[in-house]
Amino acid sequence: MELTRRDAVAALAAVGATGGVALAARRTSDGPGAGGDAADGGEGGDSLPDEAVVRASMTAVATVLYPSEIDGVEAFVGGFLDGRLDGSTHAEGVRAAVGELDAAARSWHGAPVADLTERDRDRLLREVGADTAAEDPDGTLAERVRYYVVNELLLGLYASPTGGELVGLENPQGHPGGTESYRRGPR
Amino acid sequence: MSAGDARGGGTDREAVRDIDRSPVANADVCVVGAGPAGALVADRLAADREIVVLDAGPRFDPADRLARQERAIRPSYDRPDVWGGGGERDAYSNAGERFYPLNHARVKGVGGSTLHWQGMVMRLHEDDFASETARGVGADWPIDYADLRPYYAEAERELGVAGASDNPYAPPREEPHPMPAFEPSYSDSLFAEACEELGIDMHSVPNARNSEPYDDRSACVGYGTCQPVCPAGAKYDATVHAERAEERGATVIDRAPVQRLEHDADRVTAAVYATPDGEEHRQAADAFVVACGGVETPRLLLLSESDDYPDGLANSSGTVGKFFMDHLFAGVGGTLDEPTRQNHVGFYTSACDQFYDEADAQTAPFKLEFFNYAGPSPVEMALTGDDWGDALLERLRDGYGTHVAMGGLVEQLPRSDSYVTLDSDRTDGHGNPVPEIHWRVGDRALRTVERANEIQRSVLEELGAEIEWVAGPDATGPAYHHMGTTRMSDDPEAGVVDADCRTHDLDNCWIASSSVFPTGGAMNPTLTIAALALRVADDVERRF
Repeated sequence: MELTRRDAVAALAAVGATGGVALAARRTSDGPGAGGDAADGGEGGDSLPDEAVVRASMTAVATVLYPSEIDGVEAFVGGFLDGRLDGSTHAEGVRAAVGELDAAARSWHGAPVADLTERDRDRLLREVGADTAAEDPDGTLAERVRYYVVNELLLGLYASPTGGELVGLENPQGHPGGTESYRRGPR
Repeated sequence: MSAGDARGGGTDREAVRDIDRSPVANADVCVVGAGPAGALVADRLAADREIVVLDAGPRFDPADRLARQERAIRPSYDRPDVWGGGGERDAYSNAGERFYPLNHARVKGVGGSTLHWQGMVMRLHEDDFASETARGVGADWPIDYADLRPYYAEAERELGVAGASDNPYAPPREEPHPMPAFEPSYSDSLFAEACEELGIDMHSVPNARNSEPYDDRSACVGYGTCQPVCPAGAKYDATVHAERAEERGATVIDRAPVQRLEHDADRVTAAVYATPDGEEHRQAADAFVVACGGVETPRLLLLSESDDYPDGLANSSGTVGKFFMDHLFAGVGGTLDEPTRQNHVGFYTSACDQFYDEADAQTAPFKLEFFNYAGPSPVEMALTGDDWGDALLERLRDGYGTHVAMGGLVEQLPRSDSYVTLDSDRTDGHGNPVPEIHWRVGDRALRTVERANEIQRSVLEELGAEIEWVAGPDATGPAYHHMGTTRMSDDPEAGVVDADCRTHDLDNCWIASSSVFPTGGAMNPTLTIAALALRVADDVERRF
């Protein structure tokens, strides 16, 4: 099944492209108990990887996370990140988590994430602990990689119509796919 | 659970904006609470009167709704995180027979719990207003269905209800619903065959969700996350009326938790509220409408004790906080050996009220629902587990696609040993004792959960389902409809408010809330809350 940038637009319609500054600089809690200013990672703003590294790394990880019957991963991830890397604190969290994952790749495998073989990328994610970790934007490296990298990419795919169709659900939760599909029988 | 990462909806611009939260001069009516009851009252009165609405929670930015939806889907967030609930502001205690998860049951902020509700809007049945007379248990309301009937019709227009007149068990109505009902689902058609074999009637169900554009709001676009957030605004929430009230001149002050109501012997004189800058203010008004839901309403009255009212304001009857009720959930689910097309939308489209009016002293009224969202949501499944790639896809394909389920709501009777009081050992961020919930349900309700399960099981067995779970008497829980803690009664010694929802003790104080319900029936309460709120507005208008 071919993923396109159009699918990325649909994925963004589902989980939200925030559009530049919309959610930027909003870190103050709107409710007691909200951990407003928790750190996203060990890396400060100065050490965040540049845009090209983030995109290449996320695309490389997506080829591991997405099923083999999916084609067009690069265009999809690129389009999806166009909306998600928007200057918000969430985007900052994605960048920081990718930076830490990339640092781990260089340290343990001698190359950045994007240059690893698919097998080593898979291994790296498991060595980091992202396979068994529960996502947490304020948690350990494993939990942050799970949140900002692994689940970010899985959310983009499986909240999109193409991702839903892989499972047999053309209007997955989170996608505004209208009020006709629930009435249709199986094809 | 974490509540970090701003894009998940944990923040909003209002927090940093310099907002004037000072009291309004010469206010005619002060409404406490900007949920559906308070917002409807404010909207109705705003054209001709100076209205001020105080709400404990924030004014949420509509632009954050997709981010809140992401919180609803992602596993690292609990349900209260979606709308910023919990923490010191919302602290509470449980001391009853059953645990009551209060912060899963409510949202504080402009719009109130309609921000996260499912949006089902049925009228109570005629016998629900006369439980003691018709069923031999519970209490009669001091008003009947005929008194509320025109207000039900008005409430349906205000909220925007999609429905049809195909339900032979519904109480009489005077006109069609404002919008056509949502069409039945594919899985409804599977249920229909089984129900026909068993002689069980299915019919449409009224939704406060736009089946077509209505009131300048979009038709439903099928996000599938109705509960807890509708990014499209197609599901009604009370921001509609809060904003309209403001357009008509009302002042809505957010993040302004009312600490106590100042009063003399027969009138409330001011609402004392806190603001985020740590200040306290005093909002005076000629009349007050308390609309804080089934837990915070009695709490505010109890916090407002005085020499005149040593047991709590408006509590000469001793019933403030008493008769706390919710609806009990009954359900059965399983899988078929064929696709069932679940989780395309987040609401249900068919129900069965056939058994509702068979209620008596032994069996409670109950209704049955045919789910369109049985089984797991693939996207939520994808975000948990230790697999990815082809293995994950295989797990999703195995886990999704063949589920079916039925739900139902069961009435619990009002009981004096089911109540809300203050926990003297625990205080909120302002130093006020938190609510302490003592929830008990009783044997009639549990027996009826079992009865509902029998029918649900028979339908699923007729379908050929392999039954995988039963929410029966041992596994039931609340439907998050807290009711009954300032009950309505003609007798000042038996209730807190009279038939007009005005407190017996104070001439200028009304309560607009499910807290006034003497009994709960088994229908979702919000349409009745809305109808009573419109009736309260009429009474305030008449007297002030």
